[in-house]
Amino acid sequence: MRCSHATDGFGGGHEADDHVAEGLEAAVNRDLHDTKSSAILTALTEARRGSGNAALGMVLTLIIDVNESEHYDALQAANSAAREHPCRIVTVIRRTGKSAPRLDAEIRVGQENLLGEVIVLRLYGALRDQADSIVLPMLLPDAPVLVWWPGQGPPVPSLDQLGLLAQRRVTDAAASSNPTASLRLRAQGHSPGDTDFAWTRITPWRSLLAAALDQPFDELVSGEVSAVRGNASAELLAAWLEDRLSIDVVRKATRGPGVTGVKLLTKRGEITLTRPDGRLATLMRTGQPDRAVPLPRRGTEELLAEELRRLDPDEVYNETIQCVFGNKPEAVRRQAVVAAKATAAKKDSPARKTGPAKKVAPAKKVAPAKKTTPARKTR
Amino acid sequence: MSPAVGEINNPLRDPRDRRLPRVAGPCGLVLFGVTGDLARKKLMPAIYDLANRGLLPPGFALVGFARRDWADEDFAQVVHDAVKQYARTPFREEVWTQLAEGFRFVPGDFDDNEAFDTLARTITDLDRVRGTGGNHAFYLSIPPKLFPVVVGQLKRSGLSAKNGNEWRRVVVEKPFGHDLTSARQLSTTLNDVFPTDSVFRIDHYLGKETVQNILALRFANTLYEPIWNRSYVDHVQITMAEDIGIGGRAGYYDGIGAARDVIQNHLLQLLALVTMEEPVNFAAQSLRLEKTKVLSAVRIPSDLAAYTARGQYAAGWQGGEKVLGYLDEEGIPKTSKTETYAAIKLEVDTRRWAGVPFYLRAGKRLGRRVTEVALMFQRAPHLPFTATATEELGQNALVIRIQPDEGVTLRFGSKVPGTAMEVRDVNMDFAYGESFTESSPEAYERLILDVLLGDPPLFPRHEEVELSWEILDPIEEHWARCPQPEPYRSGGWGPESANAMLARDGRVWRRP
Repeated sequence: MRCSHATDGFGGGHEADDHVAEGLEAAVNRDLHDTKSSAILTALTEARRGSGNAALGMVLTLIIDVNESEHYDALQAANSAAREHPCRIVTVIRRTGKSAPRLDAEIRVGQENLLGEVIVLRLYGALRDQADSIVLPMLLPDAPVLVWWPGQGPPVPSLDQLGLLAQRRVTDAAASSNPTASLRLRAQGHSPGDTDFAWTRITPWRSLLAAALDQPFDELVSGEVSAVRGNASAELLAAWLEDRLSIDVVRKATRGPGVTGVKLLTKRGEITLTRPDGRLATLMRTGQPDRAVPLPRRGTEELLAEELRRLDPDEVYNETIQCVFGNKPEAVRRQAVVAAKATAAKKDSPARKTGPAKKVAPAKKVAPAKKTTPARKTR
Repeated sequence: MSPAVGEINNPLRDPRDRRLPRVAGPCGLVLFGVTGDLARKKLMPAIYDLANRGLLPPGFALVGFARRDWADEDFAQVVHDAVKQYARTPFREEVWTQLAEGFRFVPGDFDDNEAFDTLARTITDLDRVRGTGGNHAFYLSIPPKLFPVVVGQLKRSGLSAKNGNEWRRVVVEKPFGHDLTSARQLSTTLNDVFPTDSVFRIDHYLGKETVQNILALRFANTLYEPIWNRSYVDHVQITMAEDIGIGGRAGYYDGIGAARDVIQNHLLQLLALVTMEEPVNFAAQSLRLEKTKVLSAVRIPSDLAAYTARGQYAAGWQGGEKVLGYLDEEGIPKTSKTETYAAIKLEVDTRRWAGVPFYLRAGKRLGRRVTEVALMFQRAPHLPFTATATEELGQNALVIRIQPDEGVTLRFGSKVPGTAMEVRDVNMDFAYGESFTESSPEAYERLILDVLLGDPPLFPRHEEVELSWEILDPIEEHWARCPQPEPYRSGGWGPESANAMLARDGRVWRRP
């Protein structure tokens, strides 16, 4: 695979010339100043014809709603994910500052490591509020539409102007200033088709844990997820385990990076998966040798590629997120328990192990967690 | 997908949760024949790619067995080189380090009891150190004539015996015998030691995405099934062409020939997938049922002389390169009657296919490397155009391109722009490479993973193998009585007799 200069060129024509000189299919970069959607589409058709590379196999439209400073990285990741899923990438950048309404566009087609097409739109002035009307004609016929907010994201993705155009909406809680609060927002405003990178990040963890429980295991008693404080993924991982296994899962703060470990206590032993360095994990099981397994933290392009693979609503994600923050009775009770624990810890920290724990326990007995109460003492 | 893992009810698994891949449980793979081409170019890279995709269990072990004076590190170096050169996914040091820790090498001959006892100890040790849990697959990447001795050794050293929930599986590559008798013999040898469900026959064609896509194309769409029968299909051509000669495989190829090498397995499996009825589900059992049903309905022509053809490539020029004729190849006797090209006509006696001929051809040193299945449709019963308007209109065709350039082509007539009504053939094309790009896994990745998961739908069972031999054996017997195969020009599309065979039915071979 050749890594060439073309994708990092944002200036225009030079790269295209280089490509012709190299005898590769001609890359076409075009800048359109003060333009409109129909002109962009015409230019796109011409560009495609000019590049001799009619990418008719494009399977979806990816809209990236991003600001100027983040758009470079987002586009890099999207280009790389598009290697797996050829798509039309429409990047929407709303320019800040006072300005007359104006639309500028860049078109890139036929570059060496770009399989689909890229349109970068810059919206000035009052046009900032009309993104949907500009993007709508650019959606591929029939193909699914996915919108991705690499930054903060809208309060309710499915009601967002661009979100309304899409079947799939992807946010990233970790990119917001308060990831936990952001996840709560996602739970409350959830609509089928929404997902969050916080969930995508833990797929390898979930995969390893699920594989561990493919093997015979004792009755599970409780669990523990350790991660750096305020990690949204850890919250989801713990909630997923609680929901699926009907056990209590304690959140433990560590110094990271990211999620550092999961422990499942069984009647006679434990299953532990630890990853202290963010790269290599060790799977430990009572009575079995330790096994090392690579579990590197995932890059944005990998996360995005996984999202592009799933164009149907992720129901398991929804169930999990509702478990933590939603309005389901379990979630409400859980939040009450967390609050109670926090108060108890503040009031009377030395006695935490005995007194207040009992106070908390009855609340949990009601929950689907059946066999948890006795084990809590052993922990 | 059928549940791959026993009866354990895993609360973390949810069929709706499709982000989670199927990951093999604790296990190891023992590889016999580590120095072979297949092992280096396909198996070792596939194992690395699986590890890189996180589909191998933590603590996976790979044991090499060969007559080489190697230590574990030397073996690791061989795998390392193979992975660097041939792996599909990028090389990642942390993945490699973890994988390489599970590498072991056992030197020895196949008839060396001591070596197999060492192998047994190595495996027990791996269970202890790496936690492979007593689950081991034995991959016999060796000539079939060595199967009996190796399988015998596995039994003698207790390697084939399992305790409780453990599993031991054996994997063999084609050829699965050279006729019905030898295929049965092979099954007996293997089944002596391993139960039928633990024997995995690898036909790498069945692991190819495009081959699996035949099932999706036929049974997930409404578009094709209504015309997938004798009312619309005129005939079917299944082609597997290679542009290379026999290369260094003289010892294997001579006496085997094109029909046994690829028609018996790959082409007949393709035929089965194209002609079978819809299975009730995609479980191994249901698929096998439909495949065996249709294979048992295959009839060979009564006039074998007229409806089979074979040839040997002659010396000449192929694509600008001077090449040897088959009889001039090193290690081939000048009197060899082995065919390097074979074409046969088959019929499928079912209500769906009665009267539709299936033309199968396979050969070496042909125009280009291509494997495809072409359904040629009947001409429209009436054309409301003048005869001159449709002169350039051929038969509609649906072509499933298996390799290279995987995809599907639909060929149909279209009006030529202009003032006169004139109809000409055009293509509508779906290319895998465009819609799914380069990430589709190698057939061996899928197949090795399926072995480790114990998921059998993509592996032909002995019933299918034996049915295929029943089809081919009478043809081979007929050929054995014939004189020398007809020489054909290297770089062309086979001998004249093959063209004559279709001409008798008023048809022509499609140029693939």
